Amino acid sequence: MAIEVKIPPMGESINSGVLAKWYVKDGDVVKKDQPLFELETDKITSEGTAESAGKISLKVEAGAEVKIGQVVASIDATASSAAAPATPAAAPVESAKPAAPAKALAADTQSPAVRRLATETGIDPAAVTGSGKAGRVTKGDMIAATEAKPAEAARAVPAAAPAAAPAAAAKPSGERQTRRKMSPLRQKIAQRLVAAQHEAAMLTTFNEVDMSGVMALRAKYQDDFVKKNGVKLGFMSFFVKAVVHALREVPAINAQIDGDTLVENNYYDIGVAVSTDKGLMVPIVKNCDSLNMADVEKQIALAATKARDGKITLADLEGGVFTITNGGTFGSLLSTPIINPPQSAILGMHSINERPIAVNGQVVIRPMMYIALSYDHRVVDGKQAVTFLVKVKQAIEDPARLVLGL
Amino acid sequence: MDSYDLIIIGAGPGGYVCAFRAAQLGLKVALIDKRATLGGTCLNVGCIPSKALLHSSEHFAFAKGHASAHGIKLGSIELDLATFLKRKDEVVAKNVGGLALLAKARKVAVLTGTATFTSANTLEVKGEKETTTVTAKNIVIATGSAPVELPFMKFDGTTIVSSDHAIAFSTVPKKLVVVGGGAIGLELGSVWSRLGSEVTIVEFLPKIAAAYDDDIVRNFTRLLTKQGLKIETGAKVTGFAKGVLTAERDGQKLEFPADKVLVAVGRRPYTDNLGLEKAGVQLDEKKRVKVDAHLKTTAPGIWAIGDVVAGPMLAHKAEEDGAAVAEWIAGKAGHINWDLVPAIVYTEPEVASVGLGEDAAKAANRAVNIGKFNFAANGRAIAADTTDGYVKIIADAKTDKILGAQILGHNAGELISEVVTHMEYGGSAEDLGRTIHAHPTMSEAVKEAGLAVSKSAIHAL
Repeated sequence: MAIEVKIPPMGESINSGVLAKWYVKDGDVVKKDQPLFELETDKITSEGTAESAGKISLKVEAGAEVKIGQVVASIDATASSAAAPATPAAAPVESAKPAAPAKALAADTQSPAVRRLATETGIDPAAVTGSGKAGRVTKGDMIAATEAKPAEAARAVPAAAPAAAPAAAAKPSGERQTRRKMSPLRQKIAQRLVAAQHEAAMLTTFNEVDMSGVMALRAKYQDDFVKKNGVKLGFMSFFVKAVVHALREVPAINAQIDGDTLVENNYYDIGVAVSTDKGLMVPIVKNCDSLNMADVEKQIALAATKARDGKITLADLEGGVFTITNGGTFGSLLSTPIINPPQSAILGMHSINERPIAVNGQVVIRPMMYIALSYDHRVVDGKQAVTFLVKVKQAIEDPARLVLGL
Repeated sequence: MDSYDLIIIGAGPGGYVCAFRAAQLGLKVALIDKRATLGGTCLNVGCIPSKALLHSSEHFAFAKGHASAHGIKLGSIELDLATFLKRKDEVVAKNVGGLALLAKARKVAVLTGTATFTSANTLEVKGEKETTTVTAKNIVIATGSAPVELPFMKFDGTTIVSSDHAIAFSTVPKKLVVVGGGAIGLELGSVWSRLGSEVTIVEFLPKIAAAYDDDIVRNFTRLLTKQGLKIETGAKVTGFAKGVLTAERDGQKLEFPADKVLVAVGRRPYTDNLGLEKAGVQLDEKKRVKVDAHLKTTAPGIWAIGDVVAGPMLAHKAEEDGAAVAEWIAGKAGHINWDLVPAIVYTEPEVASVGLGEDAAKAANRAVNIGKFNFAANGRAIAADTTDGYVKIIADAKTDKILGAQILGHNAGELISEVVTHMEYGGSAEDLGRTIHAHPTMSEAVKEAGLAVSKSAIHAL
């Protein structure tokens, strides 16, 4: 009996994607739940697995645009039940395979020069249109791909800049540009960033935060915290809690426009921007109002790992009401973040620098951070935005306010 | 009247491959040839017997000229021409016998006789004893080619001969003049030269092996001359009388005394007495059967392949035509890449080419990079005393895609095929250079030439 392998539903807004890689070869015998392919969609990269064991026959090539529900392969279940028990010799072959399935497939369908160029330029031959026999990518195709697309440097998200630098240094001299096709994720990021700027009446308000209070708390309790929870106490959990606190005070920020309706959210799912090599992702930490600091830290760490490993699922990315992004990780002093529609505001954290400030008529040196709140003026009034940011500032400067709900 | 899915006229490499492939695909097939043996010109009087003669004569030349340098002392070395020719006949018999077995096993009906169209789907086959009529949904014309005759010196089979005769001289001619410096003339000229004839090649064009690059031909000509062949280019043959072939060059008269004259000026498509007009099959201006890109003639259900249609007159090209037509008739996706037909002159050293030559690339103003590697720097070639010649790879200057290759050297015909394979897959010179070649082999020179395209050959400066 042949079982159809379909592109699984990914969530409401996703209709299609690119079948980026096959982990199996045509005719392979697959096991139930074995990963079969990597699917790149606008939002996430995910894996499709085998619903049943059997001999697979592939119906689309890697790199093909696929629709949700499209049949991309079929599994002949009779083949495995007949073959697997009858031929024990097949088993070791099969078990030997998972070692490097995708790489092995790529290597023996690409010419050595193509493999060299893929390594040197970072261009994935799977994303290049092949002019060779049966659509194979030739060296000429790779050279054309290198020249056809703007350089890595043109990436939209500043977070990626430090990662791009070593890659640029490794590039062979001579070529003044490297061009490559944008991944669907990268294209979507670009589209959404531009759309956000077009659609929202976006502006940014700034403040600065004296971090000495939080730093002192961290210094004092870090060891105990790690001992108890197994994660480090970072700045992010303070900001997440401060944001929840401020959202409660200024509910207008926790609202969004849906057509001609204003939707006020009564929950506190906060997105935390994570930079990955595939682009910026914003996993959501759900119900932050009911989490303690350790839970927040754990969830952020988990989400960041999943995002960086490409294991993140759509459920991890959907439904946030507010986003925090930390440009300070890369040393940004001050920036204006772009809101993540349909959310109405985003908080930008920045680097902590010691600066002289006046406290009670005295000039003192304090670890200071600029914070920025970009907001959609259609939803949020200036007063609300400024109040919100001040609430965040106060909660960070004096974390006792979080406990007291002030 | 016997009826078939497919009838093929002509059992040469094009015809029999077509028949075998079609039979594999389940068609009911008949294969007609006027010869009693399968294999056509190629196996009976062409490629195969000439190779047998070339190999035997190479051994003879080695024994006479080179064995002592290898420390091999031989007694008196004599030619036993009868055995020499008998071996060639055995080689032919083995080949055509093999084909007969295959045809039988594949249930291909073999009809011996001359076929003539009586309509678009019926043929009259005139055998030695009886004449039969057969019909088929599809008919493939694979009648091949015949040597071109010069009108002023027609073949007589004894003095003025074609290649058909020159593979079977009963004595070694003292003076052999070969008219035509193409593959056939050079190969058979080499055979008889090695056996003791004074051989003169008379070529009308400014160079022999005219399809190859100038540099290759220059070196090739020098090597052949060193072996004792006289090569006269730019000479127009005017006639033959009283044992002397006359020619003209730049208004000057040339005279070449000859016991025998081999006329090897080319081959013409063979469509004599086929009754094509009854079938509605048209010829083009060069009297080749007119076909479209799928080798269909102007008559529905009639196809034509091999030497009888436009394109290089080469057995391997005909074979691909035949296989593709069989697949198309059976409703499959046949494939031929007519841009990648290798061509070989089987002299010693051999000359082989595929794709675009350096000269053609430059004439077309195409930006190319050239990589060359001399066999003189190849360890195996030095060990085998086959250091003459070199490999040349022509690659696109921008994409590095291999556009062509020309090889002058021992076994060049074997060496060229890996370049063809790389080209079939759109390979670059770098790909060639990054593919492992066993050491020590002459094929390493091909890899090195690939590297030389980007000036990175290891064993050359």
